Amino acid sequence: MKFTLKIWRQENAKAQGHFETYKVDGISPDTSFLEMMDILNEQLVNEKINPVAFDKGCKGHSGPVSFDHDCREGICGACSLYINGRAHGPESGVTTCQLYMRKFKDGSTITIEPWRSSGFPIIKDLVVDRRAYDKILQAGGFISVNTGGVPDANSIPIKKENADESMDAAACIGCGACAATCKNGSAMLFVAARVSSLALLPQGKIEAKRRAKAMVDTMDALGFGSCTNTRACEMECPKGITVSHIARLNREFLSAKLSE
Amino acid sequence: MTELISKVPEGPLAEKWTNHKAHIRVVSPANKKKMEIIVIGTGLAGASAAATLGELGYNVKIFCISDSPRRAHSIAAQGGINAAKNYQNDNDSVYRLFYDTIKGGDYRSREANVYRLAEVSNNIIDQCVAQGVPFARDYGGLLDNRSFGGAQVSRTFYARGQTGQQLLLGAYAALNRQVAKGTVKSYPRHEMLDLVLINGEAKGIIARDLTTGEIQRFGAHAVVVASGGYGNTYFLSTNAMNSNGSAAWQCYKKGAFFANPCFAQIHPTCIPVHGDQQSKLTLMSESLRNDGRIWVPKKLEDVEAIRKGTKKPSDIAEEDRDYYLERRYPAFGNLVPRDVASRAAKERCDAGFGVNEQGLAVFLDFKTCMEQKGRKYIEEKYGNLFQMYEEINDVDPYKEPMMIFPAIHYTMGGLWVDYNLQTTIPGLYAIGEANFSDHGGNRLGASALMQGLADGYFILPYTIGDYLASKFKEPKTDTNAPEFEEAEKKIKERISKLLSIKGKRTVDSIHKELGHIMWEYVGMARNEAGLKKAISLIDDLKKEFWSNVYVAGDNDHFNQELEKALRVADFLEIGQLMAYDALNRRESCGGHFREEMQTEEGETKRDDENYMYVAAWEYKNDEEPALHKEPLEFKYCKVATRNYKD
Repeated sequence: MKFTLKIWRQENAKAQGHFETYKVDGISPDTSFLEMMDILNEQLVNEKINPVAFDKGCKGHSGPVSFDHDCREGICGACSLYINGRAHGPESGVTTCQLYMRKFKDGSTITIEPWRSSGFPIIKDLVVDRRAYDKILQAGGFISVNTGGVPDANSIPIKKENADESMDAAACIGCGACAATCKNGSAMLFVAARVSSLALLPQGKIEAKRRAKAMVDTMDALGFGSCTNTRACEMECPKGITVSHIARLNREFLSAKLSE
Repeated sequence: MTELISKVPEGPLAEKWTNHKAHIRVVSPANKKKMEIIVIGTGLAGASAAATLGELGYNVKIFCISDSPRRAHSIAAQGGINAAKNYQNDNDSVYRLFYDTIKGGDYRSREANVYRLAEVSNNIIDQCVAQGVPFARDYGGLLDNRSFGGAQVSRTFYARGQTGQQLLLGAYAALNRQVAKGTVKSYPRHEMLDLVLINGEAKGIIARDLTTGEIQRFGAHAVVVASGGYGNTYFLSTNAMNSNGSAAWQCYKKGAFFANPCFAQIHPTCIPVHGDQQSKLTLMSESLRNDGRIWVPKKLEDVEAIRKGTKKPSDIAEEDRDYYLERRYPAFGNLVPRDVASRAAKERCDAGFGVNEQGLAVFLDFKTCMEQKGRKYIEEKYGNLFQMYEEINDVDPYKEPMMIFPAIHYTMGGLWVDYNLQTTIPGLYAIGEANFSDHGGNRLGASALMQGLADGYFILPYTIGDYLASKFKEPKTDTNAPEFEEAEKKIKERISKLLSIKGKRTVDSIHKELGHIMWEYVGMARNEAGLKKAISLIDDLKKEFWSNVYVAGDNDHFNQELEKALRVADFLEIGQLMAYDALNRRESCGGHFREEMQTEEGETKRDDENYMYVAAWEYKNDEEPALHKEPLEFKYCKVATRNYKD
């Protein structure tokens, strides 16, 4: 398969970015999207090594493209590409690393951009700084227990339905697709997933209100926008986390506000 | 000369840890506040250790190469975590978990360490539930279990197919709580490039800020390495793309012994390689072997027909299928340990029964389970794995069996540690996959998560206190000391050298070539001639790398090519040490299969008389590494030939 790639290049957070166009060919339909990016980078390095022999018509390019990636099986949350205007590309329910080239039309042009959100400044090319998500969780995304001195694991039975729903929310991989997709740049789905997952368990219920308030306040302070219920985040979440968790977050948040 | 003293406490096996804890020194709360600890890596071991040390009041600095501690590769563990809770009333016990682990490791691990691991396994489950880990539960509200390879009881706790993720999010949450309190300072996108010793003791590190390229110095009273394994030496493995052996390797080059490097685990159920453009291999969880049955056709003409596509696997009649694990190992069936299952797959493929185009795949089939338990049961238990398989292969595993093949997955070898998890360098500790201690020649499924959290939550936080108790009067480490100066200078020279070569080969092309050498000669079957060849081929490849590599970009920016180059430089050396160790160990045990040493049925043949020891290697600059031996003693379980047949 052959593709024309329009990729966002940006030296660092302060620099002006621009698109560069590259061509790749000989791509197997069974190749993953990120493997295609590896092939492109190998080609771009080879063009630097030997500009004549490897000339694919994209002279003067900015060198290999930087992009975040790690586990390549959809669980670490590192990959974060905006492909043809959608977070993680055209497929639903997958991360960029789980996207395969068979899903694209041979010969087509693919536009690749970084997450664009005021909460995620660009580090280089397609790599963004997502430390804001760590900071939101540091504000309260935990249960306050120390190691040791806890009761036996079976001492508090938990309704299977609650444990399952908690697990649905806990499937969040912290990739940032929700905030990158939201027109307000809100990280509400990310915050809600953690708040909801813990609030559904007796262990986490105890500090649920305080947690909700602290995390939402931190999200606001870090420059993320507010939620206006467009549900775009839910559409693009690679782990199928639903906005019902935002509803639960709102309940916890409101009752925290009311009890102030 | 450094001596190997394991520091295993005296006394009966079941009392060793309790007695040891009672007698080691502790640091007072007031003094803990004055002490600094560096932790490298934020997987299960690193995150749990850092969080717990922070809770105790130490000042902890934690480093990870990814943009958030949550992305460490522990996150990808699917199947589960073992514990001897005996919630299923199937007669499990601490002793049985200990025994299964020793036997699974083919009698090449340290009894006292393994017993302690089994002993604290139950605390881990309690801890994780208290942190809000949503483990699978039954309708009565209590925890559910499943079975894993090498065990005849159900002792594996799980959270769908995402157990590693959930346990890591638990440890990461505990870590975040300490970051908020100020006891832990987090350094994401930082890579340790060297260990700094002062008077022979670990006192700090040199790290590169991956965003800016700045080379930085960090001092501490002790350093804990929790940087995982070195499976990516093979280029293709189930490890994440950025997983690497460099942090542990720098410790080795500073004098820490490296133990049993040749013990690498080859996981039987991975998605087969599809071409030469592939970047990594995907694991299909071992838990699938609870309900899936592994087979190849009995007749070669059926194999041909499947390869050509004239027959579908589901067309093959029951009586024409060879369920070879059930045939060869009736007592354990599809749940034999990983090394046994991997070799059995290789045996069938070598005999010509491999079912994909390359002849390098076998089937993992859920037909029987669909008939007996139904689709809903499978969806609930393995839904995400089935979805993952379909995304990658474009084949619906509910209709046709999965194709699987063994792949490199985990490394049992690692930095040599004593009972306190201290390396041969005072003040340097190694935990989780980065050390060697608990899994011997083969790790059982669902035991990596157990070991990472055991080390991090319950063992290291106690044992490191024993060392620090003699250090609390020492002032903070001065990073202006000449040792830091020297280490930083060397790192800068190494980076300049790499960037200045400007040769003709890409970093990846050399890494791939190393991977081919490793898989061919230091892979599933090894022999003397092949291992010698590997050592010499890697010598040549090292020269090629240092004279002809092209590293794009510079040091002063975010530069993933440079990151890769620094890691590949170390993989080349690690691969060679693995080959030296495999050559020395002229026996077959666990994942290490020497073709010269096998039974008539093709099973591993150990040589207990000559090789019942831990091989710990000492770095000798440009000379061959020096071998030190720690003899292994088995007082509490009978050493026997592993038998999964009867």
